[in-house]
Amino acid sequence: MKAAAFAYARATSVVNALELLAAHGDKAKVLSGGQSLMPAMNLRLISPDILVDIGGLTELRGIAVRGDLLVVGALTRHVDLLRSPEIALHAPLLRDAVAHIAHPAIRNRGTIGGSLAHADPASELPACVVALDATIVVRGPTGERRIAATEFFRGIYETALSPDELLVAIEVPVAGQGSTFFFQEYARRHGDYAIVGLAARAVVATGRFTDLRLGFFAIGDRPLLAAAAGRLINASVTSALLADAATALADELDPQEDQQATAAMRRHLATVLLRRCVAALLVRPELEAGVAR
Amino acid sequence: MSLPVAVSLLVNGEPIDALVLPRLNLADFLRENMKLTGTHVGCEHGVCGACTVRIDGEIVRSCLMLAVQAQGASVETIEGLSDSGEIADLQAAFRERNALQCGYCTPGMLMTAQDLLKHLPAPDRQAIREHLSGNYCRCTGYQAIVDAVEATAKTRAERPA
Repeated sequence: MKAAAFAYARATSVVNALELLAAHGDKAKVLSGGQSLMPAMNLRLISPDILVDIGGLTELRGIAVRGDLLVVGALTRHVDLLRSPEIALHAPLLRDAVAHIAHPAIRNRGTIGGSLAHADPASELPACVVALDATIVVRGPTGERRIAATEFFRGIYETALSPDELLVAIEVPVAGQGSTFFFQEYARRHGDYAIVGLAARAVVATGRFTDLRLGFFAIGDRPLLAAAAGRLINASVTSALLADAATALADELDPQEDQQATAAMRRHLATVLLRRCVAALLVRPELEAGVAR
Repeated sequence: MSLPVAVSLLVNGEPIDALVLPRLNLADFLRENMKLTGTHVGCEHGVCGACTVRIDGEIVRSCLMLAVQAQGASVETIEGLSDSGEIADLQAAFRERNALQCGYCTPGMLMTAQDLLKHLPAPDRQAIREHLSGNYCRCTGYQAIVDAVEATAKTRAERPA
């Protein structure tokens, strides 16, 4: 289908974009890369009165390292994350995740800010920013505020953003000594929406996790930072302990059922990803062997 | 509300000034306004790849882009790539190997395959499949398409620079 009629405003600056959002409130939608918004509009799932196009705001592009923070502009495209040496060095989780997002033609337009603000529970980047303990930087009529990624996602397509606010950047702590990452997802075909996925960041010292953050996606109404990870931190990880953690994870999850998978299948796949993740991060392949085939 | 908006862009190298409604997507702009009907419209939500075009040298879905968003951009369609001869060898390989039947997906396939060959001159079959994974073909079963792209890559590698 075609999108219903709407008015269009090309923002000339962040200030101008905020003025437009203030004037139109929740009747406006922000257009960045449009790779989620345009399908939703073409399918007539949403019909905003006006689109505020921020695509030309170069001040929102780019990746920079400031002290121990990696600052990623909201309009940074998926393909930019894939090719950036700064991302590869300081947050390789983002690079690994982006390779699973749709297809090259989509990655050439889609932006990280758009993906986070859209907050599709099956998408990769929200889970990554949760696992990375990132901060979402938001600008509104009264100035800037910083929201922890774990507080940002509120439900299916729901975030802590107000209609008069604009997501401007993402701040990611740079990977420190011993940092290691894991990304995997189950999808029917490469590039499809995930059935279950896991984005993880860990710090490993002398064969133990001193930190482990497990960001699961497509298993609920928002990305989930699994509490079960706590069982594996500062502990000698054995098959028995990993089995405990997997049971705790399955109890913690409340997945939805849809045409792709039942809730039970999602729970099972999440525990498989947990085992693979722990085995990979600790470089102990035998830990994965407990996976029921 | 929703008044026409002025947009200036390059289409296959030719400067174009137009007045378009905001809701007009780039695929429909190319087909209806420019009469460049090689860009096909399949699913209209970014899944099938039939509408793939190049914007500033990079492939995009023209059904997921508004014509007004192409302000200042250089758009290349299958007509542009075909007329310039850039993909003549790829097109010949598709023809020789029956890599097209109904032809609906072909412009998007050619656009995407050429994009792969520009970025990765010697792709293996897995890389070809992955790059083309966002382009649907309901006729060929893909084998012949992968064959044609692979054959083109090999021929280009042997060609003196």
